Amino acid sequence: MAQAHASNFKNPVVKWIDSRLPVFTMLHHEYNEYPMPKNVNYLWAFGAIAGIMLVIMIATGLVLAMQYAANTAIAFDSVERIMRDVNYGWLLRYVHANGASFFFIAVYLHMFRGLYYGSYKAPREILWIIGVVIFLLMMATAFMGYVLPWGQMSFWGATVITNLFSAFPIVGDPIVTWLWGGFSVDNPTLNRFFALHFLLPFVILGVVILHTAALHICGSNNPLGIDPKGPQDTVPFNPYITVKDLFAVVCFLIVYAIFVFFMPNYLGHPDNYIPANPLVTPAHIVPEWYFLPFYAILRAIPDKLGGVLAMFGAIAVLVILPWLDTSKVRSCKFRPIYRQFFWVLALDALVLGYAGAMPAEGNWLLIARIGTAYYFFHFLILLPILGKLERPSPMPASISEPVLKGGGRVAAGAHAKPMEKA
Amino acid sequence: MAETTHPSGTGAHGAPGGDDTSRRDFLYLATGAVGAVGVAAAAWPFIDSMNPAADTLALASIEVDLAPVAEGQSITVTWRGKPVFVRHRTAAEIDAAKKVSLGDLRDPAPDDKRVQKAEWLVVLGVCTHLGCVPLGQKPTDPKGEYDGWFCPCHGSHYDTSGRIRKGPAPANLVVPQYAFLSDNRIRLG
Repeated sequence: MAQAHASNFKNPVVKWIDSRLPVFTMLHHEYNEYPMPKNVNYLWAFGAIAGIMLVIMIATGLVLAMQYAANTAIAFDSVERIMRDVNYGWLLRYVHANGASFFFIAVYLHMFRGLYYGSYKAPREILWIIGVVIFLLMMATAFMGYVLPWGQMSFWGATVITNLFSAFPIVGDPIVTWLWGGFSVDNPTLNRFFALHFLLPFVILGVVILHTAALHICGSNNPLGIDPKGPQDTVPFNPYITVKDLFAVVCFLIVYAIFVFFMPNYLGHPDNYIPANPLVTPAHIVPEWYFLPFYAILRAIPDKLGGVLAMFGAIAVLVILPWLDTSKVRSCKFRPIYRQFFWVLALDALVLGYAGAMPAEGNWLLIARIGTAYYFFHFLILLPILGKLERPSPMPASISEPVLKGGGRVAAGAHAKPMEKA
Repeated sequence: MAETTHPSGTGAHGAPGGDDTSRRDFLYLATGAVGAVGVAAAAWPFIDSMNPAADTLALASIEVDLAPVAEGQSITVTWRGKPVFVRHRTAAEIDAAKKVSLGDLRDPAPDDKRVQKAEWLVVLGVCTHLGCVPLGQKPTDPKGEYDGWFCPCHGSHYDTSGRIRKGPAPANLVVPQYAFLSDNRIRLG
């Protein structure tokens, strides 16, 4: 009755295991022979880079957690002890702290890649939404991690962000008290943030596996946004894409290392080297750079609940993006009008980020309001309308056509031949 | 046995399939409902454990001696982990607070409802926007456009009665529960 999996591996040990639990077959299928469109560019490497960053964060975080003490009386000192006394503690902490920034850099580029090439469109909607879930989990994890050193920015960042929930009528205040475990951000808050900061990366890892599983059902998108018509349009993942990804990873890590070794505090705030003081708010509270565009949206709305809803709404529009964009054409390459608006959106995100770092008054407030208005206009009005009005430019019949000039038919002749020299 | 796996129940038995189906549906639903209630009940201890613990709730009330605070001065005391502002208001400040017409206020409250003795204003030093501590306690601090407090985080201005006048905060600074024990002594909480 019981039937073992028919394994193709030669090594008897591998074969024995694989026929009972086909992990080797699965890995071979998903990471060796998995067909990738042969025209993917280096922007497709940021998924792999983000994956590497997650591994780096979990590894450094694990050893840092062995030295860190989640108690308001000693948390700040325990971090300084890591910096001064623990072997390589300075290195591990700087790798971890800057790693958060570089994780977000990779993920933001990954997301904008998806936006430009329409990677969220059918049949990849679930893949995209899982990605948004990962983004949300990352934001929660990064926020709670930033609280742990228990400096002034940690404390007041935690106070401001947890107070966001007090904007909701009736349930708001009980929720905030529940989040705090007290009447202000205090020891119970720090304790639970540490527990959650330890847990969430593993949740992220799980969701990343789902993200990859969903990806491998539809296959990767590509710069032309058209589906591969057959093996002539793809290359096996290994070695073609593994090598390409590895080269991109190395380049990315070089930039990351420059920050870690030569300007480890450039992306941080000096205020966070002042121990937390519940009685004194720093003159200018700013979140880490990767939250700034959303912080600008929060402050742009002159109403408390409205600001909070707009901030969460800025992420919610990403969830429904696959249905907001009515154009059937995936890649911006063939959308002459939308391509320009994409860059307007990218610029808008940068402007919002800059305005979020500035005091919320005068011209900066005005700029943040214009930026917020454009952000929502782009997703909620422009995308649905433009998809109907825009006339896409002509698309090639296949991925191979623009390269081989002969079109899909000629390439189909190569179909029967081995792929090596493709 | 195979028939039992078909909820439609029109089996070869000629049994009263319809009755059997509705009975089965009821049992499924009832089992599911009991299970859901059980899960909710089991989840509650986990959720409630995150609420303030008994020792946190038991934080004693504190007494504040007002005698050293001269007219025009303010002190900050810590109560339940939060700053409490106690301001000994000058006659001009009291006047300014009383003169405001309620129609100009975002969160209308007359000054005499916010104080027990006109010269002593006691409010939580927590901005009702997102919880920063407003400036205005020290003589050198900016006090905002209404001579009360100014929150540097997102620019809320409070007047000499701790009422919100300008900026994103939705409500006045909260007046905590307190009582005068004597002319120069109050108890918070």
